[in-house]
Amino acid sequence: MTVTAPDKAPVAAPPKAGATRLVDRVFKMRELAILVVFLVMIAVTQAGNSEFLSEQGIKDLLLNATILVLVATGQSLVVITRNVDLSVGSTLGISAFAAGTYLQGGGNPVVAVALAVLMGIGFGLLNGLLVSLGQVPALVVTLGTLYIIRGIDSIWVGSRQITAADLPGGFVDFGSGGVSAVPWLALIALAVVVATAYYLKQFGGGRELYALGSNPEAARLAGIPVRKRILAAYTFCGALAGLAGALYLARFGNVDSSTGNGYELTVVSAVVVGGVVFTGGSGSVYGAALGAMLLTSINSVLPALGVSSVWVMAINGILLILAIAVDRIVALRLATALKKRNARHG
Amino acid sequence: MTHPSDTGPAPVLALRDVSKSFGAVRALRDVSLELFPGEVHALAGENGAGKSTLIKTLAGVHRPDAGQVLLDGEPVVFHGPGDARDAGIAVIYQEPTLFPDLSIAENIFMGRQPRRALGRIDHKATHSVTADLMRRLGVDLDPDRPARGLSIADQQIVEIAKALSFDARVLIMDEPTAALTGSEVARLFGVVRALREEGAAVLFISHRLEEIFQICRRVTTLRDGAWISSELLDGMTEDDLVRRMVGRDLDELYPKQEVTPGEVALSVRRLTREGVFTDVSFEVRRGEIVGLAGLVGAGRTEVARAVFGVDRWDAGEVEVDGQALVNGAPSTAMAAGLALVPEDRRAQGLVMDMSIERNIGLTGLRTTVKAGLVDRGAERSRSLDWAVRLQVKYARIADAVGTLSGGNQQKVVLAKWLATGPKVLIVDEPTRGIDVGTKAEVHRLLSQLAADGVAVLMISSDLPEVLGMADRVLVMHEGRLTAEIPRAEATEETVMAAATGRAAA
Repeated sequence: MTVTAPDKAPVAAPPKAGATRLVDRVFKMRELAILVVFLVMIAVTQAGNSEFLSEQGIKDLLLNATILVLVATGQSLVVITRNVDLSVGSTLGISAFAAGTYLQGGGNPVVAVALAVLMGIGFGLLNGLLVSLGQVPALVVTLGTLYIIRGIDSIWVGSRQITAADLPGGFVDFGSGGVSAVPWLALIALAVVVATAYYLKQFGGGRELYALGSNPEAARLAGIPVRKRILAAYTFCGALAGLAGALYLARFGNVDSSTGNGYELTVVSAVVVGGVVFTGGSGSVYGAALGAMLLTSINSVLPALGVSSVWVMAINGILLILAIAVDRIVALRLATALKKRNARHG
Repeated sequence: MTHPSDTGPAPVLALRDVSKSFGAVRALRDVSLELFPGEVHALAGENGAGKSTLIKTLAGVHRPDAGQVLLDGEPVVFHGPGDARDAGIAVIYQEPTLFPDLSIAENIFMGRQPRRALGRIDHKATHSVTADLMRRLGVDLDPDRPARGLSIADQQIVEIAKALSFDARVLIMDEPTAALTGSEVARLFGVVRALREEGAAVLFISHRLEEIFQICRRVTTLRDGAWISSELLDGMTEDDLVRRMVGRDLDELYPKQEVTPGEVALSVRRLTREGVFTDVSFEVRRGEIVGLAGLVGAGRTEVARAVFGVDRWDAGEVEVDGQALVNGAPSTAMAAGLALVPEDRRAQGLVMDMSIERNIGLTGLRTTVKAGLVDRGAERSRSLDWAVRLQVKYARIADAVGTLSGGNQQKVVLAKWLATGPKVLIVDEPTRGIDVGTKAEVHRLLSQLAADGVAVLMISSDLPEVLGMADRVLVMHEGRLTAEIPRAEATEETVMAAATGRAAA
């Protein structure tokens, strides 16, 4: 077998290096592409409306993105494992209300946030158990829990409402405060994204999420604790939805039984626009976070350019389809590049 | 069984009286096996003999219902594939089990990456160790390249590198050569021999008998889930081995009737589907069984699908009884008298939750529908008729097809298509995963059909089946028809040579 090695290696080495660099670049490019689109959009808007990037403008952009970034980060972990969590909107709503009710009674803000996160963990565990043990498609299971959690929320909340006036002043100030143009909430989201990305890249548990999304059967045969990992992904996703609920409360101060309604679709869009492949195994939380930034910024960009906000939905849809089309084209290009490399090899 | 008291070392890994059932199917019955260090052990048996179940038991995927797995003579229980791996057992499955999105290095170390401080993965070490492994195996694969797009041979190299990376003491290989070319097989055998020299125990599974004799020292034979023999290969002939695998003489298994071919029933001319198969031309005459051989992925199934109209073709033409078929239209193909029994009966041939009667009835809806409604009575009598003719073993004809054994399911698929009264029957792997008894029945049926004037095109990876049943053998290699061999000249050697592209074109 070693006989073939010497005469093969020198011939094949240069094209290999080239192809790999190309592959690397393409993967990095995916995140880069969204960043470029985002920056171009911001630049164009700034050119059209010089007020757009004022200190307050930047702050608003970041504040608006924060909550979606958090939930999208959690969601991307689940999507990487070839699953989905549709119940994040409901979880966000109910944990926001729970935190609000607790604060209304004069509670400690830190405990309130912990309460929301715990609540999210609870629902995440429920989803994770149903999906990993039930062997039922995640889409259906979490559609079920979406309605269940929303139902519980409606019964519990009724027509009640929490307003900023009911909350401790410090909590509300925290929700809108920050260091000059950078809000506290954005810093929290940034910390979460960076930590999650680091975990996914540097720890076995993180890589195993990619592995089981890439080929579930092979993951099982490689001795990866598949159920445990899926459970962990859902729990983390739930926890972030809960945290997002608490931050939602701090940011808007206004929560009722419909809070977070339909949010799951925005979250999934952000994740997909950000290049996390819906069939699992590929993508990054940086991409998902950028996708979230892109989608939320459109909300600010259109009014700043004097375009009616009725266009937001349609534009989000176009971005989503564009993202999928780009992914498909990139995948095909990649396949051809790798095939060429194989051919040169053989 | 022969107890190898003559060889010094004790078995590294052994099975003792292991049984395993799936529902009503007894996949393994009191099977024993001993693997010795520094020795390549062959596992022989027909499709469905229980080889895969045995491997998965050794790999910790299945837990035996009865009997024991012994590691170094001590009973062990593997709670999952991870346990078996930690015990030093590496398995290379028939279908490589890689993660397409991850790099080769990550594939090799998934689940047990080298760590540095704080439990973080040592990416540098994974890369350099992988590069070393690739060098050791004599291949030039970049550790950072994603596994997506690797050739089957390279995928297997990655699997072997995985086994090397944790110094596996036992290497189990399930038909590793099925999709390899001659030189790739030689490379693989080089690696296997090197591992053997280093004292690893290897369990080798192959349908190519000459490979078993070439590289193995000992062989264990299974038939219908039961242990038949374990013995040294030294002094055995291929015929001996086949007799143990099949349990009867080959003539009985392949009851081919002599027929004089009639006029051309199926004519395929210069059929091409870009990137899949190229310039495929052949004819099948009435009364003839034509075998279509080749390696997995050679494009045989794809040709059948295109002929039947499931996939479109880019160039060429197909005629049934001189009547040209429309590109990409299965319904016209059926109307012209073409029937296709697909390779994967579970996914493509049957609706598993539906009854036997309705499954057979599906192809006859045209004739049994009256005023837009299915005439259930007509459907039932038609289905019963065919089920009886093919001797399908079932409790009630209203039972779901999923409750039948693999062989009987295959008969239902055949019944479903024979009920259409085809002039041309294309069968794709008609006996894959079927027990020997039913296999002979399927062969007899095909032979009978041909004698009745049906033109049969039989795609099969089972060489003895092709040689035993076909009047002519067509061989495909990498999307092209590379040989047409008459029955008299068809041997394992001539067919394999053409299938692996070794034949002088």
